[in-house]
Amino acid sequence: MPFKPVLLATDALIWLLVAAVLGFAWYVRRREHLLAPWRRVARSASGMAAGTVLAFFVLTGLLDSVHFRPALPDEPGKPRAYAVEVLSLLDVALKPLRTNKERTYSAPLATHLFSRETVELPDGRITREYPRLRFGGAGLKDPEADWLPDVMARAGLGLAGAVLAWAAVVAGLILVVARRRRTVPAAIWQEIRSGRGEVPWRAVLVALGAMLAVIGAAAALATGYHVLGTDKVGQDVLYLSLKSVRTGLVIGTVTTLVMLPFALLLGVMAGYFKGWVDDLIQYLYTTLSSVPGVLLIAATVLMMQVHIENHPELFDTVTVRADMRLLFLCLILGVTSWTGLARLLRGESLKLRELEYIQAAHAFGVSDWRIISRHILPNVMHIVLIAVVMDFSGLVLAEAVLSYVGVGVDPSMISFGTMINAARLELARDPMVWWSLAAAFVFMFAMVLSANLFADAVRDAFDPRVRVGTAVPVLQPSRAPEART
Amino acid sequence: MSRAEALLEVGNLRTWIEGDGGVVRAVDGVSLRIGRGETFALLGESGCGKSMTALSIMRLLPERGHIVGGEVRLGDTDLLALPELAMRRVRGGRIGMIFQEPGLALNPVMTIGEQIDEVLAVHTALRGEAAARRAVELLERVGIPDPGRRLAEYPFQYSGGMKQRAMIAMALAGEPELLVADEPTTALDVTIQAQVLELMRALQRDTGMGMLLITHDLGVVQETAHRVGVMYAGQLVEAASREDLFARPLHPYTVKLFAALPARGRRGVGLEVIPGSVPPLTGEFRGCRFAERCEFAWERCRAESPAWHEPAEGRGVRCHLFDGSGQSPMADRGSRTAQIEAIPPSVIPCSVPLAPLLQVSDLRVHFPIRRGLFKRVVGQVKAVDGLSLEIRGGRTLALVGESGCGKTTAGKGILRLVEPTSGSVRFAGEELTTLSRAALRERRREFQIVFQDPYSSLNPRMRITEIIEEGMSALGIEGGSAERQRRVDELLGQVGLPAEAKWRYPHEFSGGQRQRIAIARVLAVNPKLIVFDEPTSALDVSVQAQILNLIGDLQRRLGIGYLFITHNLGVVDYLADEVAVMYLGRIVERGAAGAVLGDPRHPYTRALLSAVPVVDPATQRDVIRLQGELPSPASPPVGCHFHPRCPQAMPACREGYPEPTRLGADRSVACHLYSN
Repeated sequence: MPFKPVLLATDALIWLLVAAVLGFAWYVRRREHLLAPWRRVARSASGMAAGTVLAFFVLTGLLDSVHFRPALPDEPGKPRAYAVEVLSLLDVALKPLRTNKERTYSAPLATHLFSRETVELPDGRITREYPRLRFGGAGLKDPEADWLPDVMARAGLGLAGAVLAWAAVVAGLILVVARRRRTVPAAIWQEIRSGRGEVPWRAVLVALGAMLAVIGAAAALATGYHVLGTDKVGQDVLYLSLKSVRTGLVIGTVTTLVMLPFALLLGVMAGYFKGWVDDLIQYLYTTLSSVPGVLLIAATVLMMQVHIENHPELFDTVTVRADMRLLFLCLILGVTSWTGLARLLRGESLKLRELEYIQAAHAFGVSDWRIISRHILPNVMHIVLIAVVMDFSGLVLAEAVLSYVGVGVDPSMISFGTMINAARLELARDPMVWWSLAAAFVFMFAMVLSANLFADAVRDAFDPRVRVGTAVPVLQPSRAPEART
Repeated sequence: MSRAEALLEVGNLRTWIEGDGGVVRAVDGVSLRIGRGETFALLGESGCGKSMTALSIMRLLPERGHIVGGEVRLGDTDLLALPELAMRRVRGGRIGMIFQEPGLALNPVMTIGEQIDEVLAVHTALRGEAAARRAVELLERVGIPDPGRRLAEYPFQYSGGMKQRAMIAMALAGEPELLVADEPTTALDVTIQAQVLELMRALQRDTGMGMLLITHDLGVVQETAHRVGVMYAGQLVEAASREDLFARPLHPYTVKLFAALPARGRRGVGLEVIPGSVPPLTGEFRGCRFAERCEFAWERCRAESPAWHEPAEGRGVRCHLFDGSGQSPMADRGSRTAQIEAIPPSVIPCSVPLAPLLQVSDLRVHFPIRRGLFKRVVGQVKAVDGLSLEIRGGRTLALVGESGCGKTTAGKGILRLVEPTSGSVRFAGEELTTLSRAALRERRREFQIVFQDPYSSLNPRMRITEIIEEGMSALGIEGGSAERQRRVDELLGQVGLPAEAKWRYPHEFSGGQRQRIAIARVLAVNPKLIVFDEPTSALDVSVQAQILNLIGDLQRRLGIGYLFITHNLGVVDYLADEVAVMYLGRIVERGAAGAVLGDPRHPYTRALLSAVPVVDPATQRDVIRLQGELPSPASPPVGCHFHPRCPQAMPACREGYPEPTRLGADRSVACHLYSN
């Protein structure tokens, strides 16, 4: 085999999560009452547009979650050896970005290094000048004159490709919808263009078009330049930003996965059993939430760091070590962040347990665990879903802050936090190196904003309190709740 | 009534509400007129548009609702043409409003005085000292004792009835010409309801204001209204003076509404039911809206919408039967009502003496009141305090009382859904209170409970078949899944629902249908005793009749014993074999239903019976007005619990709680009037 698959712990969890989401989607598909709120999500223009943008980030993250070690060139007589470097599919796709390194900082789309260097000319003289980049604009004969036309040509080519891809998607969509509804494609096109219709396809297509344009232009330019410049050691900033996406997604989702069992179990138990169980759980989360979170995280991360350093034999590559540290960070964040959701679930369970269908189940002698799993859990799921999507963006931001403070991910792991941390010194230079920070900011901003908008749409669709006024029975019947004994 | 006297005139008012399923024509051409000093009652079932009519008059519609046509004139003012700013001066000023739930209509963080002051500041010139004097005067007028001190209190310090009085005082503060009262007594107990209705009558007499009363309760209409409008599906179907309407209702819907009321006279025969349900208001109607449910309907009713006919002075009816074409529907009706099928006799003949199925003696359910850091027990809420009763198989015992008297807790205590503090519950000879949880689970199939609110008693995330099967699987009944499915179909048939219903979810059913499902769920485990906890109080009259018929029918066919918890004495009269009247955790009187309701002995029973609004205008009665409200069960009065409110209290009543006195084979009463 020309490669050896590597399953990192976080990869396993991510694919588990993907499987769970797919399974959930399959389950929901066949149940009308579960499907209804998702239909409402699909009708929200901002939610669907944000979802489209978010999909690109998720795709990037998933590509970056298939890891392997490529084989080294065969040496006769020896068993096949594999490189120590762990690569992902994304690394393969971005191979030019990854391998075309400069010596140090260069500005976006630059052809020369950012700082003056002492260069020995062929005739032996020594000058200080801005040396040409090894890769950025290397093909240009006369950078001064050729740079602008070349950039424009590449960008134009990329945009043209994007328009073609977009047109193909639009055509495909129209054909599929037309076939499903058994009408002519022209009618569907009219409907989409006018923005009418059930699903806001127009918003989706506009968002998709914008994303494709950006990606197309960036991809075309990346064949000849460093689109977002390079960092201190000459690595392409665009590559770093794309690699950071996975770290952010892992923190945002795996942490939730860790937190959910605690929050669900403890929150529902506290609300359902009341009495001493409730007291115990309440004391637990009150105590936990009064300890400053950063302190707890810093202490645990430092302890783990010492442990990892004392046992280097446990990890065969640097990537595995960094990944283990990331996983632990997720665990720690999860353990400290379940309290909020648990408190919500406790309140909801307290309310639900007094409802009459739970009482009826008691009257049938249904066991407590069965009541929890059949009656309470399905009825708190909307809260869980809302909390999970709302927490996601908070966690992505938390990672950046923690890494900046130095208790976040492993320094060898590329993340928004480490990029921002590095930018601290870059901003102090004169002239300022602004692109690392700007790239991290723009990527993180786009990801968190789209996640937040999507979460908003989900909350609007699932939260019964928000739906007041849009539900059918606006006409509140004056039912007579006469006896309230 | 001449045009000059009209205070409020509504002409062809139409209000639409945009819903997800299309436009709901909530009010579709309502015309009415209210004179000065007149009470006009708008009567109808839930969803018929009566509240929307009131809100349209006040222009307080929800965001998605708007008035699409018609006119509303208050005196000389066209209310629909007023700018919003001027309308604000009308609301609370010329038109006062009282809502159903006084607890929700008062701001909990403002004192009653501040809330009245607010109205006075907006609508009158009174300020400072003068306003305070006026506020005291208002509270005095609505019968709140010690008004000076009460002004400075917050709503939570007021009881339910007093809150509604305070609401009325606030409505009066603007000296309205018209008072709109939306179900003003629905959330109150019968004895309190009697007080509030009396107050409203007196106020109207004194101030001469007009009143628009919105209610679903025929009894309240009979007590209060001068004229009545009956609404159905967004339209007024009949309007008449109260006397005329009660003496001779014209519209088939009104006739049915009266016939669906449970009462003693209808014992042993099924109640009239109106088949089907109110049509959705989202579409255009071609014919009469009631045609689908009407037994007189013919082709014309389905093809042509009926016009408003005025068969006599001051009466109107929207029905083809009265278009003066010479038909005589009234003669026809007699023969039709007689068609109600005779009810088959019970599987258990009355003459057979029955062994008691359930014996409860001296049952107590106390809830500890905990205070402070260490949750020290500082007192007990004695929700049920020494309850004894007996139910025989195939018979119905009704447990009657006002809210807060502990009747629901008693029902749950008997089933051990709430753990009893002490006492004994023997079911078919076996003591339940000492059974272990596992042993109790074994017995659970024999006694079941049906709850009040069909909207919260079915899990919205489960399909009907899963709901019905739950009990069977928990109690290990009927192993095979095919066998179970067959049983589910059979049960749905028994409660009058199609078998396809089992694949659907609860939200697809109406309140009455949900209550049928709840009954099917209980029947699934073949219980010998069912506790019904106010099973019809959340339902409309016509639906209530369907459910009561079903409940009665099931008892006759299956011989199940019922403990029927209710506050509705009409239902008791119709259904119960025996009655136990509960006051503050104890039974004050019990006996055969006819005996207790016909000849009540305990002063509380008498007061309770007299407070119930009577539909039949021929019945003469003196309302015994009880003072005050139910005391807190945390600190019941010393001696007889009832003595502070009892019109016949004696010194002995303050000394000790009376022992039950037997007045015959199965009649007993706990009152000092009858001891020895």
